[in-house]
Amino acid sequence: MSAVGAVTRHRLFWPVVALAVLLLACVLKSNTFLDIAVRDGHLYGGPIDILRRSSVLLLVALGMTLVIATRGIDLSVGAVMAIAGAVALSQIAASDDPGSLAVVLSAIGSAVLVCLLIGVFNGFLVAVVGIQPIIATLVIMTAGRGIAMLITGGQITTVTSAPYKTIATGYWLGLPVAALIAGFFFLVTALITRRTALGVLIESVGINPVASRLAGVRARTIIWTVYILCAFFACVAGFIRSSDIMAADANNAGLFIELDAILAVVIGGTSLAGGKFSLVGTLVGVLVITTLTFSVTILGIPANAVSLFKALVVILVCLLQSPVVRRRLRRRRTAPVGTAPAPVEVPA
Amino acid sequence: MVSKMFRTRSIAAGIAVLALGLAACSSGDGGDAETAGGDGGSDGAISVGFSQVGAESGWRAANTKSIQDALTEDAGFKLSFSDAQQKQENQIQAIRSYIAQGVDYIAFSPVVESGWDSVLEEAKDAGIPVILTDRAVDSEDTSLYVTFIGSDFVEEGKRIGDWVSENLGTEPINVVELQGTTGSAPAIDRKTGFEDAIAGNDNISVIASETGNFTRAEGKTVMEGFLQAYPDIDVVYAHNDDMGLGAIEAIKAAGKVPGQDIKVVTIDGVKDGMTALAAGEISYIVECNPLLGPDLADIIKTLDEGGTVEPRIVTKDEAFDQAGAQAVLADRQY
Repeated sequence: MSAVGAVTRHRLFWPVVALAVLLLACVLKSNTFLDIAVRDGHLYGGPIDILRRSSVLLLVALGMTLVIATRGIDLSVGAVMAIAGAVALSQIAASDDPGSLAVVLSAIGSAVLVCLLIGVFNGFLVAVVGIQPIIATLVIMTAGRGIAMLITGGQITTVTSAPYKTIATGYWLGLPVAALIAGFFFLVTALITRRTALGVLIESVGINPVASRLAGVRARTIIWTVYILCAFFACVAGFIRSSDIMAADANNAGLFIELDAILAVVIGGTSLAGGKFSLVGTLVGVLVITTLTFSVTILGIPANAVSLFKALVVILVCLLQSPVVRRRLRRRRTAPVGTAPAPVEVPA
Repeated sequence: MVSKMFRTRSIAAGIAVLALGLAACSSGDGGDAETAGGDGGSDGAISVGFSQVGAESGWRAANTKSIQDALTEDAGFKLSFSDAQQKQENQIQAIRSYIAQGVDYIAFSPVVESGWDSVLEEAKDAGIPVILTDRAVDSEDTSLYVTFIGSDFVEEGKRIGDWVSENLGTEPINVVELQGTTGSAPAIDRKTGFEDAIAGNDNISVIASETGNFTRAEGKTVMEGFLQAYPDIDVVYAHNDDMGLGAIEAIKAAGKVPGQDIKVVTIDGVKDGMTALAAGEISYIVECNPLLGPDLADIIKTLDEGGTVEPRIVTKDEAFDQAGAQAVLADRQY
């Protein structure tokens, strides 16, 4: 009982169940969905597609998790993605030799620089000026797309460049490069936050910025850092998204991805009130959302019912996760023996 | 100390909010930002106010350029152009400012179909003729506008359907459809036209239809799903070029050859689409002509000389196969 109870009580239990149910539904509809075959020298199949598709959202949600842990929020990630693609692709398009690795690397370098500047700007507004994060990042969210439009001249910039194309559609050791990139940054972030004190410092800033500052934590530096990191991850996500279609679409690249990213973080069990955060939880959240989007096509949900279908699944998962519902469910299952109330995170 | 910090912070927040508010206002006023006086056709020029939807696609950019190039001062026009950034309230505001300026003609591409009656009434009361371009409004009172010039979306879908039926439908084929933005007029009409055209051909079955929102990225995502769910797809029908181009990427990633293993047919005929058609990756494109400028100029000239025009003017859309695309690609403007 206690082992089963521990599993079902884990805050990631229901998201994982949702993921499994979605995958099962896909397999029932299309029996070969989970098969992985080798095609053209790389792996091919539903799970590989999901991994590759997850990479963009995982990168964005990764940065978002850190920002949310400091009690902040970053709405500018979608616009940063658009800017990253616009800067990189317009440079490649303007060069004489779009296929050369040097051109691609310098284009990526300058796009990263621009995105880091945006991160510095966001961090400055939040950490130094003290503007509410939701307002501070709203500036770039609205203005950023305009900047991207200016860079691309209002057009969809299309390029042909083999090295750039590799970012999203290439394979290395049979695995999609995009997933490897996202996986790499995920592992590095996990190691740095969990094997050094950084993770604890971020959480302490999120739980009580004043107390942590009085305790000697450089809250301002940490807040500034997470916004820069978030912009950087969004930038890499922007490369993957624009490489995926080999075009910089300033209007649509990363549109509304901030909402998906926040949702992934919340499904993963990180509180919007800041404090404790779970990167593994975010990973599960990202997989749930990506699989959900994918299953819409596999299951053949009619186009005008897609939003409703997604909303229902998300509401169900969130309900099952909420402490109140879980306490009710457990009480019904385990008779009225004095069950300890679920540990409630108290936002300071 | 704390209260001082709080004060600084709230002032800063206040400034930010103010700045945003101002930004919002100025974008809302975009309508009259570019107007050059506009005192209703002094010096003999015909003053025209044009409210564009936005700059959301390559098609729209070509449309804007065509109108700006046609309604020049040399041609006897005085054009006030405004970009509504895909917002109806911006368009209504722009039209009101044109009425206030007393322009001779108002032309606009309505971002959505409904909700135009009151502002069009105002234009009518002011005696300013209104011309709709590219998209229609659903007003029952057709006296609110002089004419609607644009493509026939149903016809576009029908022409694609006819081509598929004649050229590919000689044996049983499975078609998947990538729809445009759910609920938009082009998406509804292009779907209907296609369905009507293939209705008589039992060889053609549409096995799946999902929205790709008119964008490349979503077209690709949805096509990846289709390829997983349905192993035997023969034809992809995309409601615009961009989604078709996304689908081509997905087909390639699945180790298949677009144009051979799976045929792709699309609507629009923007440059990237035509390039893919010339390369054989797309098999057939029905054009949706964005170059409405010259026609619009003609209509206004006719009206200005006291002539009348048809209430519905359908632009000539061409259709291209591979050879046709190769022939016109070099001097394609958009």
